[in-house]
Amino acid sequence: MNIVAKKVAMNEEWIEVGVVSDIPKDGARVVKTPLGDIAVFRNMQDEIFALRDKCPHKGGPLSQGIIYGKTVACPLHNWSIALETGIAVAPDEGCAASFPIRMEGEKVFLSLTPNEGYPVK
Amino acid sequence: MKRMKLVMVGNGMAGVRTLEELLKIAPDLYEITVFGAEPYANYNRILLSPVLAGEQTIKDIMLNDVDWYEKNGITLHLNKKISRIDRKNRTVHAEDGTSAAYDRLILATGSNPFLLPVPGNDLQGVISFRDIHDVDAMVDASAKYKHAVIIGGGLLGLEAANGLKLRGMDVTVVHLSDSLMERQLDPVASTMLQKSLEEKGLNFLMGKQTEQLIGKDGRVVAVRFKDGSEVPADLVVMAVGIRPNTTLAESAGIHCNRGIVVNDTMQTFDPRIYAIGECVSHRGTAYGLVAPLFEMAKVCANHLAEYGIGRYTGSVTSTKLKVTGIELFSAGDYMGSEDTENLLLSDPKGGLYKKLVLKDNKLVGAVLYGESEDGNWYFKLMREGTDISALRNRLLFGETHLGDAGHGGQSKAAAMKDTDQVCDCNGVSKGDIVKAIVTKGLFTLDDVKLHTKAAASCGSCTGLCEQILSHTLGGEYSAPESKPMCKCTDHTHDQVRAAIREQKLTSIPDVMSTLGWKRSDGCPSCRPALNYYLISTWPSVAKDDYQSRFINERAHGNIQKDGTYSVIPRLWGGSVDVGQLRAIADAAEKFNVPEVKLTGGQRIDMLGVKKEDLPAMWGFLADRGLVSGHAYGKALRTVKTCVGSDWCRFGVQDSTQMGIDLEEMTWGSWTPHKYKMAVSGCPRNCAEATIKDFGVVGIDSGWELHVGGNGGVKVRATDLLCRVTTREEVLEYAAAFMQIYREEARYLERTAPWVERVGLAYIKSRMLDDAEGRAAAYQRFLESQEIYKFDPWAERAKGVDRHEFTPLKVVAG
Repeated sequence: MNIVAKKVAMNEEWIEVGVVSDIPKDGARVVKTPLGDIAVFRNMQDEIFALRDKCPHKGGPLSQGIIYGKTVACPLHNWSIALETGIAVAPDEGCAASFPIRMEGEKVFLSLTPNEGYPVK
Repeated sequence: MKRMKLVMVGNGMAGVRTLEELLKIAPDLYEITVFGAEPYANYNRILLSPVLAGEQTIKDIMLNDVDWYEKNGITLHLNKKISRIDRKNRTVHAEDGTSAAYDRLILATGSNPFLLPVPGNDLQGVISFRDIHDVDAMVDASAKYKHAVIIGGGLLGLEAANGLKLRGMDVTVVHLSDSLMERQLDPVASTMLQKSLEEKGLNFLMGKQTEQLIGKDGRVVAVRFKDGSEVPADLVVMAVGIRPNTTLAESAGIHCNRGIVVNDTMQTFDPRIYAIGECVSHRGTAYGLVAPLFEMAKVCANHLAEYGIGRYTGSVTSTKLKVTGIELFSAGDYMGSEDTENLLLSDPKGGLYKKLVLKDNKLVGAVLYGESEDGNWYFKLMREGTDISALRNRLLFGETHLGDAGHGGQSKAAAMKDTDQVCDCNGVSKGDIVKAIVTKGLFTLDDVKLHTKAAASCGSCTGLCEQILSHTLGGEYSAPESKPMCKCTDHTHDQVRAAIREQKLTSIPDVMSTLGWKRSDGCPSCRPALNYYLISTWPSVAKDDYQSRFINERAHGNIQKDGTYSVIPRLWGGSVDVGQLRAIADAAEKFNVPEVKLTGGQRIDMLGVKKEDLPAMWGFLADRGLVSGHAYGKALRTVKTCVGSDWCRFGVQDSTQMGIDLEEMTWGSWTPHKYKMAVSGCPRNCAEATIKDFGVVGIDSGWELHVGGNGGVKVRATDLLCRVTTREEVLEYAAAFMQIYREEARYLERTAPWVERVGLAYIKSRMLDDAEGRAAAYQRFLESQEIYKFDPWAERAKGVDRHEFTPLKVVAG
C-alpha cells in the first residue's frame, strides 16, 4: 500500500494538541477546528494518526470507532478505515483526509493542512 | 531468510484455494511453482453447467487469471503434465522435460471422468463432461448435430442434458438403474424429478446397460444396449462418475486406496508430500463436491505454514441440482438405516416431496423436492446437532416465522426476477448477487456480505441469499461445520468460551496469546465478544476492557446518524411519576433537546444530545432520581408491564409490581445481546410478554413463564417454560434463565436463536429438572450483580471517563 507523501509547507503551523497519555491506547480523541473535527488516534503500539473525523461512507465520526491494529471501524456501519492513509479497506471504496502528526517526546503536534492528495475540507 | 520451495501438481479449485489460504497466513515462506495440465488458469469448474446452458461465459467463470499468479510471485506452467516424481531427490518432471525441485509438494491432480470400457468409446463425438475442452466440444456439436445421448442420470449427467437441450439438441438420458440420481434421492423423489425433466423435453431410457457405441467414418452414430435395442447418437456424453487421479502418486510409490490416502493434516505417507481435492481419500471417503475440498485446503495451508493447529475430520455434504426451474436438495444420510426414523411429506400432484431422517432426536439427513428453500435450515440443524424434539410436529413445514420484515414476503429466491430487491437495507437485487457470485468467485455467505452488502445489516434476507448461493453454485455452497469467531482465529465461539473457563483466562491478551490469535489486536468482531465472555465467566476477576466496547456502551447512549446521542432514563416497569416526567421535561428544555419521543419499551427518549453535554445532563437527571435505562447496550433493556390487578378489571396478578421487581433485580447486567422482559396481568397479555426474551403472564393460580420470544426482524413467539405460584419463584426462574443465557449463548445471539439452537428440551432440563442447578444459577446472577448493578451515568456525571466526552483541543477559528 502506498503511503501518501507528507508534504507540509514551510510556513505551516503545528498545533500542540496534548500528550500521548491524553489519548487512550486503541482509542481516539477529537480536535475541533473551524473546518471540522479531526480525530487523533493512538494504537497499541503507541503510534499516533490523525484523520478527518468523517467516514467516507455516510459521514460517521471515526473517532468513536473500535481501533484494531492500524485500522478503525466506523461506529455507524462498520466500514474499516486504514489509520495511516484514511483509505477504506477493500472492497469498500473511499477515504477520509489524513493529517500530519509530529511528536516531540510525549507531546503531540497536529497540522491542519491535510496530507498531499487530500482535499482541505 | 531463504524461502522453501513449494511445488503443486495440478491447478484446479482445491489446489489454488490452498495457495490462496497459504498466502493469507504465510506469504513469504515459500517460492511457489504450479504445473497445470490444462491450457487455462484456475476456473470455477462447477459453473461449467451454466456455461454449457448458455447462462455464463468462460470468461465469467475464471477464478484466478494468469495475472494473479504473476502478482503473487507464483511460477505457472500451463499445458505441462507432470509424469514423474523423484521422491529421493525431491524433484518433479513434466512430459516435455521441464522439472522443478521441491521442499514440499502438493498433489492436486483432481479426478478423471470414468469412461465406460465399451467398444467404440474412442470414437469421435464421445466425450466426458469435465473441463472447458469438453464444453467447447458439446457447444460445437449442438450447432452441427441433432441427437445427444447422455450416459449417466446423476447430478452432472442431468445438468449436461439440460444444457444440451437448451442448445437445441434432441436429448436422451440413459441410466443403469431404474431410479434417477439414486445416490442422492430415494425412489419417490426420483420419479417426481424424472417427470419434471420429461416435461422439459428430456427423454429417459431407464434400466439400460450400454454394450457398444456404434460408429461410422470414425464418428459415433448410435448407442447399443445389452438388451439389443439401439438409439441414434451424434454426441455421447459419459457422465458415469469420476475416479480420483492417482496415476502419478502410485507411480511414485505413494499409498493410494481409490484415492491418494491422506491423514487429517492432508499429508500422504511421505510427510513432505500433501494431497488435496478430488484426488484424495480421507478416512475412506473421496469427495466430489467443492465445500469439503475448501475445508481441506484451509487445513493444508495451515500445516504448510507450520501452524499445525488445523485438522480436517471430514464433512457432511449437501447437494442441489443446478437446473433452472427444478428445486432439489439433499443432505447427509438421506437414505436412513435401521436405527433412524423418517418424517415424510408427500404431495405428488402438488409436486412436493420432503423426507427428513432422524436419529436420537437429531436430524441426520434430508431430501427435498419441489421446495428446497428450507434446505439450508435443515442442513444447519444437522451440523449443530440440535435436539429437535420440541420442533418435531412442525419440522416438515420448514422454518416458519410468524412474520418477517424486510424482504417483501419472498421466501423463494428461485422465483425472483433478477431485478427484484433481495436486501432492502442496502438496496441489493438478486441480479447483483448472482453477478457477484459468478464474476468474483464467491462461495460463502460471508463473501456475499462483504462484496455486495446483502445480508450485512439487519440480516432478514440471509435465507434468500443462502438460497441464491445454493442455486447458483449447486450443492457447492456450504457454510463450514462450525464457524470460527472471526478472521483472527480458527476457534469457534463455543471453543473460546470453554477455553476461558477451563484455562482460567482472565484478559483479552491472555486469550489471544493462549489461543494463538492471528492478529495481536483482534478485530471489531472478536474484541467485544471476548470482553463479554471474560466478564461473564469471571465477573469478579476479569476487568472490563473499555476500548473493546462499541461506542454506545462506552458513551452510555445510542449514537445517532449525525453523531449526537439519544438519552433514555430508566422508568421502572414502565411506570412513571410526575416528578420523573418533570425532570425529563426540564432536562429536555435545559439542554435544548431537538426531539422527545416515547419508546416501545415504555420509556421516554431525548434525541439529538451532543456528546459533550451528556455528563452534565446525566448529573441533572441523577439529581432528580433518574438512572441509565441501558437502552444502548447488550444488556437488560426494559421490563414492560400492563396494569394488572391494581386497576384492571381483568387483572389477576399485580403485574406492575412484578415488573418493577424484575427490573430492580436485573438492571445493569450485561448479556450476549439485548434482553427484554414483560409482565402481563392476565392471559390477555396486553404487555405482549410472548414476544420477549423472558415473558411473564399472570394467571389465576400464579404466573406463566415464557422464554425465547422476539418481536423484531424475525418474529418468534415464546415457548412456554412452566407455571409457578409465587413472586419469589418468578424472580428465581427469571434470574436463572438469564444467567444460563449469559453463560452459554454466543455473543450477539438473542435468546430466540439460542433456544432454537440448543432446543427447548435442553432449557427445560436446566431450568425445571435440576432445581439445585437453577438455584445455583440464581446465586451466580446475584453475585455478578453485586459488581455490575450500578448507574454508569452518575459515575460519569462525577467525572469518570471524562476523556470520552471532552475534545482533546478546540482550535479557534
